[in-house]
Amino acid sequence: MTSPSLRTLTRPIVDENPITLQILGICSALAVTRRLDTALLMGASLTFVLTLSNVSISLIRSQVPRGIRLIVQITIIATLVSVVDQLLRAFAWELSRQLSIFVGLIVTNCLVLGRGDGFAMTHGIRASALDGLGNGLGYALVLALVGGVRELLGSGSLLGQPLLPTRDAGGWYEPSALLLLPPSAFFLIGGLVWAVRSAKAEQVEEAEPVPEAAQPVPGR
Amino acid sequence: MAEPLAQSGAVAGTPTPGEVGPIRTVLVALAVCGVCALVLTGSVVLLRPYQLENQRGSSEARVHELVASLPGVSELVAEIGGAELELRTVELRTGHLAPSVDAMTLLDRSDASEGRLLPPDRDPAGVGRVPRYAPIYLLRRNGTLHTVILPVSGRGYGGTLRGHLALAGDGETVRGINFDEHRETPGVGAEIENPQWQALWRGKRLHDATGALRIRTVERAPAPGSPEAAYEVQGISGATRTSRGVTELLRFWVGPDGFGPFLARLRAGEKA
Repeated sequence: MTSPSLRTLTRPIVDENPITLQILGICSALAVTRRLDTALLMGASLTFVLTLSNVSISLIRSQVPRGIRLIVQITIIATLVSVVDQLLRAFAWELSRQLSIFVGLIVTNCLVLGRGDGFAMTHGIRASALDGLGNGLGYALVLALVGGVRELLGSGSLLGQPLLPTRDAGGWYEPSALLLLPPSAFFLIGGLVWAVRSAKAEQVEEAEPVPEAAQPVPGR
Repeated sequence: MAEPLAQSGAVAGTPTPGEVGPIRTVLVALAVCGVCALVLTGSVVLLRPYQLENQRGSSEARVHELVASLPGVSELVAEIGGAELELRTVELRTGHLAPSVDAMTLLDRSDASEGRLLPPDRDPAGVGRVPRYAPIYLLRRNGTLHTVILPVSGRGYGGTLRGHLALAGDGETVRGINFDEHRETPGVGAEIENPQWQALWRGKRLHDATGALRIRTVERAPAPGSPEAAYEVQGISGATRTSRGVTELLRFWVGPDGFGPFLARLRAGEKA
């Protein structure tokens, strides 16, 4: 693999992670990360959808009239998401019941449409596939981290295997109820963004310029 | 939706023809829709058998799981020597067992077209249509009825909840409850699958001494020993609508439009 294509694949995993840098796809990251297994399956589903939608969009990019490009893209994405939903219900029945509506909500994940319109419309099939895969893996990585922390500290287990013996089961660990609630994912993702940007200062956004009218008038 | 996308996607203008005629636009839209429709139809049709199998297997497994989780039942089953559940059919309106209707076909039939549409004011649980016949499971010990297992369903937060309610032979004491189909929020409403929460229902009673229907979920766990503790179960925190849905569906299915007539017969000591 040539190094530019390798970079297309690896760049979105940490350096340009869709969640920590672009802050996209947060909603599902909050909802499905209470347990590691659902987080992993959601990451895999999104990676699948994103890779294939990028490929499909790139494939027909020269044929699509500009005026209806977003509609075409969302149609493709919605189709792929429905196919994934059907596949999960056929082959991962138990977990698909846990994920319930959140697989369907991949359609509304800004990340998928964002990569489709922002990257696949202007790049070749191969680069688009790698970009989709990389962004999907970047998303999955953050979900897995958040899901792992939440399951470990919130339920004392990982992938359903008890690691910290909880009080309920006669152990010493008092599970943190906060981590079972969706807002805790906000704290964790916030912490992650802070950690990544401390390590990689170039990701810190420039402060937004204050509009002139809003600037404090001296002497008041 | 199209946020300024990080540095990756080069922000070059599209290399595509910017302006095209309306005919071309319509053709492309039609072509995309056609392909998408084919892919969707294909996946639904091809995967349907697997999904049905999962659904049926899951429902059967849940009934066995429910039975296994009932206190004393595994001993009972061992005692009788691998006694199986008896699958029977109840005519809901009269509460009589209907020997002429094969319960197996009821289980397989997914549509409830042969039934009664409920007026909205009699349908707090969002059941919609009540079938004429319903399949139930009976478990007997030395000829007396030990447990009856009733299918229940109703509206949750994300979709329909389907499960089973196990009652003792008196038609009054809850032996267990479970849910095998739902679309509730993972980690919140989906906690209705949690065995620890399901175990809270064990031993609760449906009615008080005056015959008033008392079983329900409440926000705070009732104090142990208080009169309410006999009927009330703490709902799932953060899942108000799911908990309310469970209350409503239980109350509906043990009520007059559900298995009420059948349970009244059990309470009156009639033999099932």
